[in-house]
Amino acid sequence: MLAVRVIQEQGIYVEGINFYTGFCVEGHTHAIRNKDRKKPKRNSALWCAEQLGIKLHIIDIIQEYKNILLNPHHGYGANLNPCLDCKAFMVAKAREWMEQHGFDFIITGEVVGQRPKSQRKETLPVVARESGAGDRLLRPLCAGLLTQTLPEQEGWVDRAQLHSFSGRSRKPQIQLAQSYGFDEWSQPAGGCCFLTDENYSRKLKDLWNHRGERDYELDDIMLLKVGRHLRPASHYKLIVARDEGESRFLQGYQKTFITLSAISHPGPLCLVEGDAGEEELELAARVVARFGQGRDSGIVTIELTMPGERGRSLEVRPMKPEEVPKGWYL
Amino acid sequence: MVSVSRYNIDARRLLCPMPVIRTQERVAQLAKGDQLVVHCTDPGALNDIPAWCRINGHRLLSAVDHNGEIEIIIEIAGGETQR
Repeated sequence: MLAVRVIQEQGIYVEGINFYTGFCVEGHTHAIRNKDRKKPKRNSALWCAEQLGIKLHIIDIIQEYKNILLNPHHGYGANLNPCLDCKAFMVAKAREWMEQHGFDFIITGEVVGQRPKSQRKETLPVVARESGAGDRLLRPLCAGLLTQTLPEQEGWVDRAQLHSFSGRSRKPQIQLAQSYGFDEWSQPAGGCCFLTDENYSRKLKDLWNHRGERDYELDDIMLLKVGRHLRPASHYKLIVARDEGESRFLQGYQKTFITLSAISHPGPLCLVEGDAGEEELELAARVVARFGQGRDSGIVTIELTMPGERGRSLEVRPMKPEEVPKGWYL
Repeated sequence: MVSVSRYNIDARRLLCPMPVIRTQERVAQLAKGDQLVVHCTDPGALNDIPAWCRINGHRLLSAVDHNGEIEIIIEIAGGETQR
């Protein structure tokens, strides 16, 4: 947002590009969970574009992004975040777009030293080189600390009006934002991607381990964002909704998953992923009963529905919290 | 008498920003004056699709939430990306 405004201040026309990998945090949990329902349900990139008065192009890169996540040349960060490869890939996609639409250069809001892996002085040139953007990639917030780029050399942009921010502190950025009259801004980098999240990364690794291959579809990575995930055995997993909003969302998967939900008491919907047998489904039903309002009852009636079939009832005794092994939770 | 072409897209069960992406892709195939009815379920679309329309100059004709089934009608403006 700031980088765009810095360039707009020089009278330069800017359009925005926002890439959607499937791992973006915002919006999804807000849209699904009850507790987040009061938060503003808006796409941050669209909101920023509107504040800046620029057009925004949201580009779906879900399929292409798989290769970045599964085979990062530069490895992962603290979790499954392939930040450096990700940045180079996105800038490469932006370069393609720039060339197709007759634009002259690319700007990003990167700041030297702001992120431990992808925004170090040594790695910023890697992004420029591997993306193919080269000297057409300008970082207006820290350009004063970097080699001159083509827009600066050609005089399209006045280097003297660019900034020399560095380090993890965001104070200078906040001051600049305030000087522009911005009183609200979007999530700083890192917190906007599920791959930087330890719990999410653990669930993704579990998915790969138990499928025997490192691959995924959009539904897989969506489901990792929803519910409690429990794995009672290696060949099946339970996804238990944490509230009504999540139950509603999981209902959308009833045609492809075995589902369980209490009918004698209010309670969550549960998807069964994998190949569970009759005894295992009964165990799953007891887990579902444990998370519903019948948890303290002697018996709870659970409806078990196989995909495309009519449901049948199971009478089960809810598991006690201490009966659910901690090791089942992912 | 002028007839208006009206098209539909089903973006139900898709979460933000997929309804916007699907809308954006479909709009790119339509002509000025065409109308697009977007059916979706993500409540975020009630903010995002109107915002996308304002940014790109398309006209929002209506946005209604029928108990979680959202219907948004857009009238397409002319022109692609312009500098």
